[in-house]
Amino acid sequence: MQVVADVIAQFTGAERRGAFFIALATALLGLAMAVTGNGDSFGAHGALVLAASIITIFCLIRSFDKPEPSSERLQSYYDEPTKAGIVLAMAWAVLGLFVGDWVAWLLVYPDLTFDAAWASFGRIRPVHTTGVIFGFGGNALIATSFYVLQRTTRARLPDQLSPWFVLWGYNLFCVIAVTGYLMGVTQSKEYAEPEWYADIWLVVVWVTYFAIYLRTLVRRKEPHIYVANWYYMAFILVVAILHIVNNLAVPISFGSAKSYSAFSGVQDAMTQWWYGHNAVAFFLTAGFLGMMYYYLPKRAGRPIYSYRMSIISFWGITFFYMWAGSHHLHYTALPQWVQSLGMTFSVMLLVPSWASAGNALLTLNGAWDKVRDDATLRFMMVAAVFYGLSTFEGSFMAIRSVNSLSHYTDWTIGHVHAGALGWVAMITFGAIYASVPWLWKTRGMYSARLVEAHFWLAVAGTVIYVFAMWNSGIIQGLMWRTYTEGGTLAYTFTDSLVAMRPYYMARAIGGLFFLIGALIGCYNIWMTIRMARVSATNTAADLQDAPVAALQPGE
Amino acid sequence: MPDHDTAVWLSKSYGLVYLVALSLGVLLYVYWPANRKRFDQAAESIIRYEDRPWR
Ligand code: HEM
Ligand code: HEM
Repeated sequence: MQVVADVIAQFTGAERRGAFFIALATALLGLAMAVTGNGDSFGAHGALVLAASIITIFCLIRSFDKPEPSSERLQSYYDEPTKAGIVLAMAWAVLGLFVGDWVAWLLVYPDLTFDAAWASFGRIRPVHTTGVIFGFGGNALIATSFYVLQRTTRARLPDQLSPWFVLWGYNLFCVIAVTGYLMGVTQSKEYAEPEWYADIWLVVVWVTYFAIYLRTLVRRKEPHIYVANWYYMAFILVVAILHIVNNLAVPISFGSAKSYSAFSGVQDAMTQWWYGHNAVAFFLTAGFLGMMYYYLPKRAGRPIYSYRMSIISFWGITFFYMWAGSHHLHYTALPQWVQSLGMTFSVMLLVPSWASAGNALLTLNGAWDKVRDDATLRFMMVAAVFYGLSTFEGSFMAIRSVNSLSHYTDWTIGHVHAGALGWVAMITFGAIYASVPWLWKTRGMYSARLVEAHFWLAVAGTVIYVFAMWNSGIIQGLMWRTYTEGGTLAYTFTDSLVAMRPYYMARAIGGLFFLIGALIGCYNIWMTIRMARVSATNTAADLQDAPVAALQPGE
Repeated sequence: MPDHDTAVWLSKSYGLVYLVALSLGVLLYVYWPANRKRFDQAAESIIRYEDRPWR
């Protein structure tokens, strides 16, 4: 509570009023939803929005008549939203990983659903994917992008209200999404499950986010914009486009959660996977590349190996990825030439992808002693390695004949998590461990050994997960295509399930390692923040003592 | 609605020109000698420790 009050105390009068009106507007919106959607899950979400808004209004009123902040605040960067974003990202990480491991155990013990609808595979699986991608990944991207944007432009964020609106609104979106799945609300589009009202809300939030970027950039110091910002901006801009197009839909009424997509049949499939693959490309890749291009050189204390190469990869990635989505639809009703197009661009994608991975590793070349001693930098190095690995694998799997073996199998799941655990989560943990001491102004993390422990748990968890899925995926794929001499299938589907079980068990254990690592990370971050508080109050106490001491000689 | 042949024609003509032109544009920009200093400065700029806004 004190933290919230401190934030509001930093707001100017106009910002406080602005925040108040926004919260009032969302409260009214929530109320309207609750009334019109009474009895529907739409109404439940209305109540949720109303509750979130009322709590916000309550916090605002409590601090409304605090004195206005001095203009001294403009002499420093505005890092409070970044701090909050990091804490939120870690909270979502714990939730998302926990549910992920739950899903993993559910595949080992299918009876774990307790006969409850909300606990069925189809509902908690999207809770996992949304929790990790949007909750954990998204908050980490928003938090680090604000940090990087200010440092690289040497300009403070344009105002104090809009970053909070983005963070608050974005997390509200995530909560609506996740609670919706548990109630059975879904559009049935992977990674775009939330229904129309949540989608519209996200557009508002996202446009504000992009506006913050532009408004800060126009006040930058150097004419040239550092490459990390290009990646972050591509992430924001393209996600907006993807999100809007793929979610075009008509609700059955303004009092219902249900809607129907504007697309149908194979066009629907193509739109969805154009979205889906570019979500991988611009959410899970471009944004995190932005993170990498700032934090890795910064932490290593060396400029990026080749700045030119980073620009070439940027344009390569943004251009090629757009055309690769159809590799998700090999051997479907999609015309053959569209499949071939997707396959060709996927293979070409290897070039800019490896250029980025190579650039990162070559930057570290000559600083291997730092990598050895510093687990934070090692997180980033491993991320670059897994980035190279998963993009190689992806380009390979996009080849139609390879895909005929890998599609529908756990190989895809292995590929996903080589990217998600090895690349996305590793680079994020690295960036978070680097920023926490910078943000809270401590000499380092509370415990370097706990960072080390987290690192090894994360690596072990990832390796176990990925190897288990590679094995099971290939076995599965081969079992499905083995014929007897008589020309019938040699194995039933159930046979293949039985063969999978040991690997599912291994994956769940690997996931547990990964989760424990993240929990250790939370503890370490928490203790670092406390450490910062203690030393802040100590210096404050010192300052209070000082004048008294100075007075003594004159007494 | 444009049919398959139109789409193929479009991608083989304008699409190809677009791809090649974009690639050339990017390569020219990246290797333009006058840009070299700017890129080097940008790469170095994040390493310096200047923890406050410039105005
Ligand atoms: C504790 C670590 C994790 C565990 C145990 C775990 C487990 C799982 C499981 C069991 C599935 C469902 C697989 C299936 O349907 O057969 C899944 C899917 C998925 N997970 Fe995770 N996960 C973890 C971490 C992550 C992270 C950190 C991310 C992203 C940043 C992620 C992204 C995904 C995605 C995108 C899918 C959907 C894959 C697809 O549809 O092909 N996971 N995960
Ligand atoms: C050059 C880069 C990449 C290419 C060409 C590529 C290609 C592919 C292919 C062919 C599939 C399987 C589609 C299917 O059979 O259904 C796939 C699935 C997937 N990939 Fe990648 N991949 C790349 C990089 C990455 C990275 C870096 C990540 C993650 C962080 C990632 C995340 C995913 C996800 C989440 C899926 C599962 C989609 C689903 O079915 O739900 N990919 N990718």
